Amino acid sequence: MSAQSLTGPNPRLDRLPRRKAVNRIMELLAWLAAAIAVGILVVVVVSVFRHALPALNLDLLTKDPIPFSLTNAPQGLANAFVGTIVIVGIATLMALPVGILVAIYLNEFAPASIRNGVTLVLDILNGVPAIVIGIFVFGLFVVGHGQSGLAGAFALACLMLPLVSRSTMEILALVPNSLREASLGLGVPQWRTTLSIVLPQATGGILTGTVLAVARVAGETAPLLFVSSFVGTQTEWNPIHALQTVPVAIFELSESPDPADHARAWAAALVLLLFILFTSLAARWLANRNRSKLTAR
Amino acid sequence: MSTTIEPTMRVETRRQPLPPKERLERIFSIEGLDAIYSGKPAVKDVTMEVYKNLVTAIIGPSGCGKSTFIRCLNRMNDLIPGFTQTGTISYHDQDICGASVDPVAVRRNIGMVFQRPNPFPKSIRDNVAWGMNVLGIKDNQDERIERALTQAALWDEVKDRLKASALSLSGGQQQRLCIARAIAVEPDVVLMDEPASALDPIATQAIEELMHNLKSEYTFVIVTHNMQQAARVADMTAFFSISQGSEGQRWGELVEYDATEKIFTAPSDKKTEDYVTGRFG
Repeated sequence: MSAQSLTGPNPRLDRLPRRKAVNRIMELLAWLAAAIAVGILVVVVVSVFRHALPALNLDLLTKDPIPFSLTNAPQGLANAFVGTIVIVGIATLMALPVGILVAIYLNEFAPASIRNGVTLVLDILNGVPAIVIGIFVFGLFVVGHGQSGLAGAFALACLMLPLVSRSTMEILALVPNSLREASLGLGVPQWRTTLSIVLPQATGGILTGTVLAVARVAGETAPLLFVSSFVGTQTEWNPIHALQTVPVAIFELSESPDPADHARAWAAALVLLLFILFTSLAARWLANRNRSKLTAR
Repeated sequence: MSTTIEPTMRVETRRQPLPPKERLERIFSIEGLDAIYSGKPAVKDVTMEVYKNLVTAIIGPSGCGKSTFIRCLNRMNDLIPGFTQTGTISYHDQDICGASVDPVAVRRNIGMVFQRPNPFPKSIRDNVAWGMNVLGIKDNQDERIERALTQAALWDEVKDRLKASALSLSGGQQQRLCIARAIAVEPDVVLMDEPASALDPIATQAIEELMHNLKSEYTFVIVTHNMQQAARVADMTAFFSISQGSEGQRWGELVEYDATEKIFTAPSDKKTEDYVTGRFG
């Protein structure tokens, strides 16, 4: 009878304490790993926040830096914020249409062999180190022509392209085939089906991918060091000229001997960090909304 | 085995007697059709004709290739990677797979209603109007929309909320909306791939009635796994079955094709009889 006992001696339960202990340990390790991941983010945010506090004021966003300033005149990094907005904006304008068209072609039109091949290429492009893209754009545009915000935007667009097209492909794959069939079954051509039925379903997802890509490249430093870093201290909107950017400004200020410059570097880092946190959260919210819309049926 | 049909299989029918064969107009002539998915045959060697203004039902057990077959009729299978077919399908004596034939033109003439209701995520009105707009049917749109929805037996239920989302309709209403959408662009043939399989009996009845009422204007081909449904709505019935090769490969084939009355009361093939009497499948 003891073979059925749930509490007393039972050969089936011989190793039960040991199994429970192992289970506990594994659970604890998994919990620790998760805690470390969260902890790192918390430590980064807290330390950036603490260092940034002295320089965190509106002047940071509105005033240009004053080189070798001997006075206490307020100065900021307006030129870098403007440059980042201009360069990332142009990069988005370049990468978004191409990325979406690539995704549409691959998901809606291309035969499987081409789709697999190009998807692999996109994944490889996604893995290319930013510095390599920087050197490539440097050789392509900067040698002989000089640095420019446009070259910087092109470099960032190269980094955005695979992100935008891969995320668009994923969301297009979620659009139910039954909708495509419904439209094609009416005798509607495929391009029209894609444009009027498939794409409107995917706009939320495309937006998500774009926002994530923007968040990712807004913090890129390496390619911009080559192609858009010899800059003045005035705010400059014209992308024909080299533009200061936030990540490059952080890098340069951190090399300065002046502690006030360090503080401004930290403050700029905090703004960048908050921007990326915010956009990532927005992207996640958009993605959830879109996913639930697509899978509700 | 006796040839008597069990009483339970006697089903009501409103069919009128079929006109003699020579007075029927052929819409499709299918000859030696093989449909193959990535090297695996789904149906083999189907030869049959589909006649104008009749309801033709395709019945058979799961996996016999009914859906594959009906999707061949408007080249819907073109969308499936790895699909190939051999043999000919003539539509009004034109090969629908001919080199100069655009599949879009085929589907423009031969519409389709699918197994699961698939309305566009648009308003009820736009579901019907969108196809007409895209295909250039611009005159008297409101009348046409009302007519299509009336023919699909949906008008009374939706006339006061045409701007509501189609996704707010029940499954049966959605399917009737899909039928309205298909007939609003005035095709010649309407293919229906198990249109009632996801619906309750009342919605099913509505769809059967509308087929009955509309067959003077359209030609229907309907796939169904429900024999009673075939017996109720179809003039002609084709029975598909599964064949097994020596190496275990399976494919569907057309066993018998005849007037529905004949298929259900005096089938000439043993397999058909076993199926319609419920001994198999």
